[in-house]
Amino acid sequence: MQGSLAPDTLMVGHTQAHAAHAEHPDHRVFGVLVFLVAEACLFLGLFIAYLTYSLTAPVWPPEGTPERELLLPGINTLILISSSFVIHRAEPAIKANDVKGLRLWFALTALMGAIFLAGQIYEYSNLEFGLTTNLFASTFYVLTGFHGLHVAAGLLFILAVLWRSLKPGHYSAQHHFGVEAAELYWHFVDVVWIVLFILLYLL
Amino acid sequence: MTQLQDNPNLAAAPKASMDPPAEPWWRFFTFSTDHKVIGIQYLVTTFFFYLVGGALATAVRAELATPEADFLGFERYNGAFTVHATIMIFLWIVPALVGGFGNYLVPLMIGARDMAFPKLNAVAFWMIPPTGILLLVSLLTEAPAAGWTSYPPLSLISGQLGEELWILSILLGGTSSILAGVNFFVTILKMRMPGMKLGDMPLFCWAMLATSVLTLIATPVLAGALILLSFDLLAGTAFFNPSGGGDPVVYQHMFWFYSHPAVYIMILPVFGMISEILPVHARKPIFAYKAIAYSSLAICFLGLIVWAHHMFTSGTPDWMRVFFMIATMAIAVPTGIKVFSWLATLWGGKIRLNSAMLFGMGFVSMFVIGGLSGIILSSVPLDVHVHDTYFVVAHLHYVLFGGSVFGIYAGLYHWFPKMTGRMMNEFWGRVHFVLTFVGFNICFLPMHKLGLMGMPRRVAQYDPQFADLNWISSVGAFILAISTLPFLVNAIYSWVAGPKAGDNPWQALSLEWTTTSPPPHQNFYGDPILLTGPYDYGLHSKETLDYFAAQLQTLRELSLMEAESSHS
Repeated sequence: MQGSLAPDTLMVGHTQAHAAHAEHPDHRVFGVLVFLVAEACLFLGLFIAYLTYSLTAPVWPPEGTPERELLLPGINTLILISSSFVIHRAEPAIKANDVKGLRLWFALTALMGAIFLAGQIYEYSNLEFGLTTNLFASTFYVLTGFHGLHVAAGLLFILAVLWRSLKPGHYSAQHHFGVEAAELYWHFVDVVWIVLFILLYLL
Repeated sequence: MTQLQDNPNLAAAPKASMDPPAEPWWRFFTFSTDHKVIGIQYLVTTFFFYLVGGALATAVRAELATPEADFLGFERYNGAFTVHATIMIFLWIVPALVGGFGNYLVPLMIGARDMAFPKLNAVAFWMIPPTGILLLVSLLTEAPAAGWTSYPPLSLISGQLGEELWILSILLGGTSSILAGVNFFVTILKMRMPGMKLGDMPLFCWAMLATSVLTLIATPVLAGALILLSFDLLAGTAFFNPSGGGDPVVYQHMFWFYSHPAVYIMILPVFGMISEILPVHARKPIFAYKAIAYSSLAICFLGLIVWAHHMFTSGTPDWMRVFFMIATMAIAVPTGIKVFSWLATLWGGKIRLNSAMLFGMGFVSMFVIGGLSGIILSSVPLDVHVHDTYFVVAHLHYVLFGGSVFGIYAGLYHWFPKMTGRMMNEFWGRVHFVLTFVGFNICFLPMHKLGLMGMPRRVAQYDPQFADLNWISSVGAFILAISTLPFLVNAIYSWVAGPKAGDNPWQALSLEWTTTSPPPHQNFYGDPILLTGPYDYGLHSKETLDYFAAQLQTLRELSLMEAESSHS
């Protein structure tokens, strides 16, 4: 309601729009899924560009690229994958009206996400190549950095849900769209990392 | 069905006012979440950009009126055609069709109160003005000069600031487009009124469904390409720079993976609008509803796998050329199905030759010419000769101007009475059509010949042997520039002081015409009801139609009374 209609029609509009809102189910979760399809296409485009570079180059990574250490990114990967299972526990919790459980699992996920980001920053600062060293280095930084931005966004998302859960009754067994959306987004970020890890570290 | 007119409460009650609420003008400058306000915001904003892009086109044609680069000069000429194309695509045709008509019509046609996500809708609209501002600012600095395709390495060496502003502008516009795509996909699949199946929807909604799928799949890939291009431009990486081991052809693939489907984003909604307009003004049911609906989906699918036909001269391997040539030619099948269905719809109809119909039929004829030159271009042996010549310029303008813009004009004349509650002037509408049609053909028809003679595109200076045809073309462009004036004056005057339109001036049957003009905030008084199919012209007797109209009126009055009593 913009409050700019004539008063009598405003009332008509208000009651009817209100009634109409109750009529139809909540489509926001579906909307998030559709949005994630678009996000997936963004990453798919970048992955295919990367694969084109790696498959058409005579040597990949180009000669002179320093070896990448696997231990730290491996641990990081395990943390991020586990966090998906952790955040998944939050949904049954809120469906049982257990806000404390929701807070616990979300806080734990936020912590694991923060550790992942810290690990990535640590890895960046210790790598022996920079953004413009060669084509592999550029793709490495841009792809992991772009994913890292998504992790950071997901982290903010989770913290926002945590903040909102402090208000009594904000999330309930019936109304917890924010919880579901944050979880979906986090799973998405996780799956993207698995593909990235295989592409950049293992292949 | 019970006779609602006999309701005793109604007989006793005073006639409730059916006049729609007057929209205060400033409402169109607010962060409104009403899809109808947003739709008009899109249409007016994008029309403004159309005029800016048109002014640039006129400057380009003024430069090309003579063989020497004596009007704009080389640098400004490159900036002018780059920004002209970018504005016309990203700030006029795409947002006018998807944001403007899509927003205004889809919820009304499916009997919804609004889009699925009204706030998101408003956010998507308010990204459009900054998109345009960034682009226009780039024109004032060192303008982007690499064409709307921004191919590296040219885009990396032709002015960093302008190019980066261009990239930011497209990223913003693309984000707006993706958000709109999410909204339309969910709205069409989930918000239809109870009882309306997908197969009961007007064909415009099918077209918008296919368009939103293309937007969701293709636009993000362009964003990826532009992010990589930004790194090359600003951070010194070499994704697309061969000197650092990168590959400019990768950019071309990513760019065209979006920009070819973008052609269908710019034409599918027009196909949908034409499928609405022709049956109304030919007074006949649409021919082959299902074939038109499914051919939209077929075009959507094929449109995603033909992009490399823009790259036949980019060192593309032969097997790829053959695949993309055949896939491209296959698009003629679903497109042909549509064209023949429209012709069959017109065949034997009681055609009203008003402005909307003139532009609708103008669209069909001009689009067929553009489609046929498209088939010529998809053939590899021909394309390698006319690639980057004026033949391509002629083709794309027949599709995007003769197709999309004619379609937008047809839609504006057709739905103006619904949007504003007032009729446009028919005489000046016809003057507008004649000027546009004549100017368009004088401007773009000679370009086919110029292309076959070998005149390259994107040059400010050319061989004197091309001078005569270029001069004719420039005259056509000036006629086109003038042709917008009768429309502009007509639209503004009619919006303020045109004769009242009433609910349904065209005696149309789709759902948006069953409500008032303009519709109330909640779109329908009471629940929308489907009394007929959207294309049942000539299938009901006059008595039946009068009965339907009486039923609608009664339902409206009842709902107004209910609302009043619940608040008193």
